[in-house]
Amino acid sequence: MADKTVYLDNAAATRMDERVLEVMQPFFFDTYAVATSEFGYSLGIEAREALDEARTTLAKALGASPEEFIFTSGSTESSNMAIKGVALALGEKKGKHIIVSRIEDFPVLHSAQALEKQGFRVTLLEVDGDGLVNLDNLRDAITNETILVSIQHANQEIGTIQDIEAIGKLCLEKGVIFHTDATHAFTRVGLDVSKVPVDLVTVAAHTIHGPKGVGGLYIRKGTPLAKWMDGGFQESNLRAGLENIPGAFGFARAVEIITPEETKRLKAIRDHIIERALTEIPNSTLNGHRSQRLPQNANITFHFVEGESITLHLDMRGFAVSTGSACFSRSLEGSHVIYGIGGDHERAHGSIRFSLGRYNTMDDADAVVDALAEIVSELRSISPLGKENN
Amino acid sequence: MRLPYNETVMEHFRHPRNVGKIENPDGKSTEGSPACGDMVSVYISVDDATKTISDVKFESYGCASNIATGSIITELAKGKTLDEAKKITWKQASDALGGLPPIKAHCSVLAVEGLRTAIQNYEEKHGLIKERKPTTQEVVQQRLRKVMDPLTGMGLVRAKLVQSIDVKDGTIHVVVDLPSGHQFASAIKQEIHEKLDTLWDIKEVVIDFVE
Repeated sequence: MADKTVYLDNAAATRMDERVLEVMQPFFFDTYAVATSEFGYSLGIEAREALDEARTTLAKALGASPEEFIFTSGSTESSNMAIKGVALALGEKKGKHIIVSRIEDFPVLHSAQALEKQGFRVTLLEVDGDGLVNLDNLRDAITNETILVSIQHANQEIGTIQDIEAIGKLCLEKGVIFHTDATHAFTRVGLDVSKVPVDLVTVAAHTIHGPKGVGGLYIRKGTPLAKWMDGGFQESNLRAGLENIPGAFGFARAVEIITPEETKRLKAIRDHIIERALTEIPNSTLNGHRSQRLPQNANITFHFVEGESITLHLDMRGFAVSTGSACFSRSLEGSHVIYGIGGDHERAHGSIRFSLGRYNTMDDADAVVDALAEIVSELRSISPLGKENN
Repeated sequence: MRLPYNETVMEHFRHPRNVGKIENPDGKSTEGSPACGDMVSVYISVDDATKTISDVKFESYGCASNIATGSIITELAKGKTLDEAKKITWKQASDALGGLPPIKAHCSVLAVEGLRTAIQNYEEKHGLIKERKPTTQEVVQQRLRKVMDPLTGMGLVRAKLVQSIDVKDGTIHVVVDLPSGHQFASAIKQEIHEKLDTLWDIKEVVIDFVE
């Protein structure tokens, strides 16, 4: 058993930073009151001010005004809210056509599919071999009935970063609302909504060493969005429910801690993993775009071996990674992202995602590639595939 | 450390027995499941006089349960007569491993089928197989018994998930009693295809879900 885990699954969840916990604590024990209006009692007013402060930090990080940002329970809720909210607001008035890319994460994909059952038409936009959306295809897909385009900022599995600015401009020109799921790109890849025409942006704290269960949605002023979480009048009367003030405050702190230097450091570790793995382990293929790629993501298929076997061997040596193999998934289906970029079962079967975070080092990169070289070679020795006489 | 499998499975996964190829085997097979992507090859040497399996080896392109089942099945089959070895079931292999999670049934059943197919391959080569039977509803039902419901690990028939089977003019029509949006619908569909598409007198397999 390894004495220390080298955690390389930061796209799924991150270790929270102690500095985040520090600022959250007072909101559990001291300022625990509900955020009241300015006519409430002192403790509630203090809570309200803290929430406003957190909102201002988040909005600023996106180049937005505070009233354009609402807190949610995470990226799943944010994307559900954006897609179903627009559908509810415009479905009867304008049209029932929605466009999403084929490689979106499940909150977007399954929200769109849920609407399909309610009579909406959904176009799953194809991507190229690197995972990029083609602008001409998008232009062709937009009709008079189209009310929403939802294309992620960066992919959760293969890290490919879309040209959000060009997509946004096209949507603006066509008069279609544009939502982007920035769960994995937020703070690691720049996005300034005062320059990029995007109407709705999903963000979350769990990917950036903040608390789980907090996310947010940027809503450009004037964007039609129906409320579907009914209850009180919280979050500009768009999202009912008691505000998660410790979470919101922790989220804001997590954003403040991220620096361009840190992101640069992760990018160097990423490149080291990719370069060493591709050169030292034969029959390996990079999934996703080589340069238009999240600084914290590497995704490589090791042919002729299966991903769950690799992850299990890595786990025994103290490494945590994830795979797009069907054997690893809850639905027993291989990664829809790998299929989306034209990969077959085989490519999904042996795909491993490394996602980096604050606590990873260059030594981790070397250690995981060393371990992989041994594991892959061992598993290949028992595989019926990839042998010369086959 | 919390591992997803028991110690016996992990032991066979880490140190699989009888791995590799047999040069000039008496029987061999490759079974692959498109539903899970795993593949297993089984090679046997047969003592012609006693019809016993004198040697057996396997190769796996699969997950831990696939590798572990391949390993245990070779241990169970070695020294058995062909008739005995044919009767080894997934349940027996799983029991010998101290139990496998039901969701892993269809990755691990491949090794069991691989062994049967390798024996069949030997029998075909030695003229021990009777004439080909035409596909009937009963044949389809037999095959569907082997398609596992990932939730329970039971065959589709036993799990009462097969609503109807029609065989007509080279076409099989199967209706599965699950909604098409079900978590495992796509995996089950692929596995049914895998089991039925190879029937010698069948041109088309149509699979529908109830809604």
